[in-house]
Amino acid sequence: MTGVRVAGVGLTPFGRHEGREGRDLFAEAALSALADAGVESGDVEHLNYGNFMGALAERQGHQAPLMVEAAGLRCPGTRYEEACASAGVAVREAVRAIRSGEADMLLAGGMERMTNLSTAEVTESLAVAADELFEVRAGVTFPGAYALMARAYFDRYGGDREDLAHVASKNHSNALNNEYAQYQREVTVEEVLDAPTVASPLGLFDACPITDGASALVLVSDEYAAEHDLDAPVSVAGTGQGGDRAALQDRADMALTPAATDAADEAYADAGITADDVEVAEVHDCFTIAEVAALESLGFYEPGEGIGAARRGETTRDGDLPVNLSGGLKAKGHPVGATGGSQLAEMTRILRGDHPNSDAVPDATVGLTHNAGGTVASAVVHVLEVAE
Amino acid sequence: MTGEGEGEETPRNGSYEEWVDALAEGGFYLECGDGHGSLPPRRVCPECGYTDLAERALPGTGTVATFSEVHVAAPAFADETPYVTAVVDFGPVRLTGVLRDVSADEVAIGDSVAPDVEPDGPDGRPLVVFRPA
Ligand SMILES: [Zn+2]
Repeated sequence: MTGVRVAGVGLTPFGRHEGREGRDLFAEAALSALADAGVESGDVEHLNYGNFMGALAERQGHQAPLMVEAAGLRCPGTRYEEACASAGVAVREAVRAIRSGEADMLLAGGMERMTNLSTAEVTESLAVAADELFEVRAGVTFPGAYALMARAYFDRYGGDREDLAHVASKNHSNALNNEYAQYQREVTVEEVLDAPTVASPLGLFDACPITDGASALVLVSDEYAAEHDLDAPVSVAGTGQGGDRAALQDRADMALTPAATDAADEAYADAGITADDVEVAEVHDCFTIAEVAALESLGFYEPGEGIGAARRGETTRDGDLPVNLSGGLKAKGHPVGATGGSQLAEMTRILRGDHPNSDAVPDATVGLTHNAGGTVASAVVHVLEVAE
Repeated sequence: MTGEGEGEETPRNGSYEEWVDALAEGGFYLECGDGHGSLPPRRVCPECGYTDLAERALPGTGTVATFSEVHVAAPAFADETPYVTAVVDFGPVRLTGVLRDVSADEVAIGDSVAPDVEPDGPDGRPLVVFRPA
């Protein structure tokens, strides 16, 4: 089985791209990734494209052929939809296609356009990721669902809003010098605590923003990288996916996210590592509580121990395990269908040494990305390693 | 709950609409041979794959497992804000709905509540609600 290299990565800045169509956003990321890889676009054999709410935001279904065209490719494309984990799944399937020997080069990533909708419309669109019958009709919103998880966590394990505020403050600090981040500014713990309530116990600064953006990665086989003398030092060493009941009410424990544990266990086994080997991580912090659940599900902390990690300085840029050096979804932004690809793009840059925060982990060779859909009914984990 | 021929063996577990309407008279859930609870529409137990599902009466009260006071809602629920969403544990199943007749600062996990349905909810469809009990 061949190994898979990340030959190039491309991102749009995350934020508000007023008046720009989704196809233009994805074209920017795709062309940037191809240029970063230094490869011929004619060698791309398939586009694996993530998108969640395009039919609602732009009244545009069937987006893959449009994105192939926009990126100037000459190949088929497939759209992957798994809510906020759409691009993570798109990347995973690209990795599997290359490993199987079916392809030597794929373009994978995603795009989401959101700021052209009102906040109420975005709230309605995101809720589509929840169970329509048993959650949406009962008035559950996306922040509301994570709020239910946060309250269940506090009740079961302790912790409070201030612990969560440290997660938000940490991730905003990390985004300060990331040119792709939506919010390149500090947010203090006090500001997080004083922000208006969205769904108690979560406030406005516990939540990721509404974001437009796109991500793309050029993935190639080891053989292609060698034959074409590509400078592609980062490999995808492990991939894993997990699933769970769609509705929160049907989970055995509403404070835990076992789908992420399943995804991580598979990715660790695939890469031949354990959680202890991970030196830096990008996790799916759509809400502050989501980062806590991720840290525990991925095996970095026991249940109940993850909530104090940011406050204790263990996951800050100077900590033992820096988490979300990109700024995370919280500060970098969360264009839903692009996020999973963005996490791999950022981790590649961190490990290559060309990320503005690479200096926080100058010797790191093993990084993890964790991408979650809905209230973690879907989870995708990748292990990236410096291969040479 | 109309249109079923007399004497026909028509499983009641086929319809969400029927399930939510039945909450007005106490409600029901489905149980597999291994005792796992689930909700319609359901042809197979999601926990064990058992296909012989029986209808059971929902317990008259459940306990609040978690809750949130929602301030930012989708358009259909905008006039309701703030409202309290709760997941309520009935033992074999949990249900999600809106907590009525009590404000968020009066609610605690473990509180006893009874299920009901408002036939014409904020979005024009039946809404699962709970009241202190
Ligand atoms: Zn069963």
